[in-house]
Amino acid sequence: MRNGRLFAGFCGLTFVAVSVTSAWAQMTINGAGATFPYPIYSKWFDEYAKVDPSVRFNYQSIGSGGGQKQILAQTVDFGASDGPMSDENLAKAPGKLLHIPTVAGADVITYNLEGNPTLKLDADTIAGIFLGQIKKWNDPKIAALNSGTTLPDKEIVVVHRSDGSGTTYIFTDYLSKVSPEWKSKVGTNTSVNWPAGIGAKGNEGVSGQIKQTPGAVGYVELIYAKQNKMAVADIRNGEGNFVSPSLESVTAAMTTAQIPDDFRFSMTNAPGKDSYPISGATWLLVYQQSKDAAKGKKLVEFLKWAETKGEQMAKDLDYAPLPRNLQDRVLKRIDEIK
Amino acid sequence: MAVAIATPSRERTLPMPPPARFADKAFEWLTLIMALAVVLLVFLVGWQLARGSELSIRRFGFSFLTTTTWDPVAEKFGALPFIYGTIVSSLISLIIAVPLSIATAVFLTELAPLSIRQPLVSLIEMLAAIPSVILGLWGIFVMVPWLRDHPFAFLKSTLGWTPLFSGPVYGPSMLAGGIIIAIMIMPIITSVSREILRSVPNLQREAAYALGATRWEVTRIAVLSYAKKGLFGAVILGLGRALGETMAVTMVIGNTPQISASLFAPGYTLASVIANEFTEATSDLYLHSLVEIGLVLFAITVASNLIAQVLLKTMSRQQTSRAVQ
Repeated sequence: MRNGRLFAGFCGLTFVAVSVTSAWAQMTINGAGATFPYPIYSKWFDEYAKVDPSVRFNYQSIGSGGGQKQILAQTVDFGASDGPMSDENLAKAPGKLLHIPTVAGADVITYNLEGNPTLKLDADTIAGIFLGQIKKWNDPKIAALNSGTTLPDKEIVVVHRSDGSGTTYIFTDYLSKVSPEWKSKVGTNTSVNWPAGIGAKGNEGVSGQIKQTPGAVGYVELIYAKQNKMAVADIRNGEGNFVSPSLESVTAAMTTAQIPDDFRFSMTNAPGKDSYPISGATWLLVYQQSKDAAKGKKLVEFLKWAETKGEQMAKDLDYAPLPRNLQDRVLKRIDEIK
Repeated sequence: MAVAIATPSRERTLPMPPPARFADKAFEWLTLIMALAVVLLVFLVGWQLARGSELSIRRFGFSFLTTTTWDPVAEKFGALPFIYGTIVSSLISLIIAVPLSIATAVFLTELAPLSIRQPLVSLIEMLAAIPSVILGLWGIFVMVPWLRDHPFAFLKSTLGWTPLFSGPVYGPSMLAGGIIIAIMIMPIITSVSREILRSVPNLQREAAYALGATRWEVTRIAVLSYAKKGLFGAVILGLGRALGETMAVTMVIGNTPQISASLFAPGYTLASVIANEFTEATSDLYLHSLVEIGLVLFAITVASNLIAQVLLKTMSRQQTSRAVQ
């Protein structure tokens, strides 16, 4: 009896020892941050396990704010964020922190109107609606853009995100660029002090609220709208063309957007006749000089794979891939990581 | 103290072998440590929250509690609309849930035929087991549209002239938030009330019947009045849950930090704003302000419990004095 227990204990001990050594053999790279790209990142980590079985990724989608905090505190090997880091936060980094853009997404404007017409909207009307100044659907400003559609004499109910999100960041960034009034009254952030409307949690909350409320209008993530086949508006871009939101028009915007050397760019209201104006990229945050050289090397290998092979998987999951010119620039930057 | 008095007498009457005495002592200490740990935990939570909100306490001071702007872009933070929303939505929920729950408990203990008691109790307890996010989804898709088209529309047409029911009816609103909280706290108030009513000695009822009381009089005089203190405790338990309820409320309250007299206007609660904005808050002041919101919620919960305890004390004093008379 006693011997048996001893034997079992011994077995247990060896088991623990063996599993510890095998865990050592496999390197784990930890990351945390944005929720928006989580589906594509987990797909990448899955696929990459087949390319390089010696490395395993552990990604926690705790939100962009959390991702920035964790990488600044160096508790993770890479962070992820839906918005570029502010100068203030970047100054807190103990080393040089690089922004690596991975994929892009867009916000669409969706609404609940009888017959689900495809509306045409421009910067002025969108800002007016979300500032609470355009109050009725048959407002002359909306009617002027939609001559073929009969618009009801109905109150507009604005629905916005109540939770902090990259989706809101992109939307308010666009409005701040196109409307001076929005810029001074509201500004750009993951959550803002909304001048009008009701707040709903998450894409599903906003779209649920819109579906339930006749006359409602709001913005949701492009992927979410596509997968749920929602009525979305065409938006007039900077060149005066009405562009419907699609992966192609988002990538087009990224091709023409002004992208600085540190890749902290905003691609809303990008020039180009095919560019969809309300879109934004998402980034991985990596230190140029990694603490652990072996991990740094593996991370570089992964990033290179993600920016080339990984980009080809983006469209299947409804993310807009980086355009060729940007991919090349990013790859060059990845080479600088040590 | 009580221990010191009890020990010698126990030793006199029951001489125990040393190991057993040691076990007794150890048990005493263990429970003491456990009890102290709970107290310590409460203080640690408060201290940690205060430490985590240092920046915003220093920047805004007392005005954090009295201003109404919540602007993450300009970094101006005031908690008043959230405090207002938390208190009002909890009060609405109590106004709805307390009469319903106590009536249900009375029905279950005093009136219902034995054969349906257990099924009903199970059903009510099942209501408590529904995850709040599911209740919230049901709120968005079923409850809010129905409320908007029927009861709210009715209230608007009949009582629309009062400030309480003025303004446009969107659906998501303070009232909808209060109603969903009421649904969530009903099971707990009902179960606790039922236990309390069951513990009322049958002698009470029999005595009242013997005096010729009707069923209603028996319930009112012999049962409810006897159980008053316990029922009050059940309501306080419900209030505690109502103050902290987050997910389902967030989904139906409209999340707009404003103070409006109208119950049809959207509102916001302390717990909701933390749940909504904590994950994406990047600047230090913003984060500290959100933690201070947590501190305020903590303070409100502690304060409501203290007030409840004082009320209970005065209630029992009244009861004793009445009994003496």
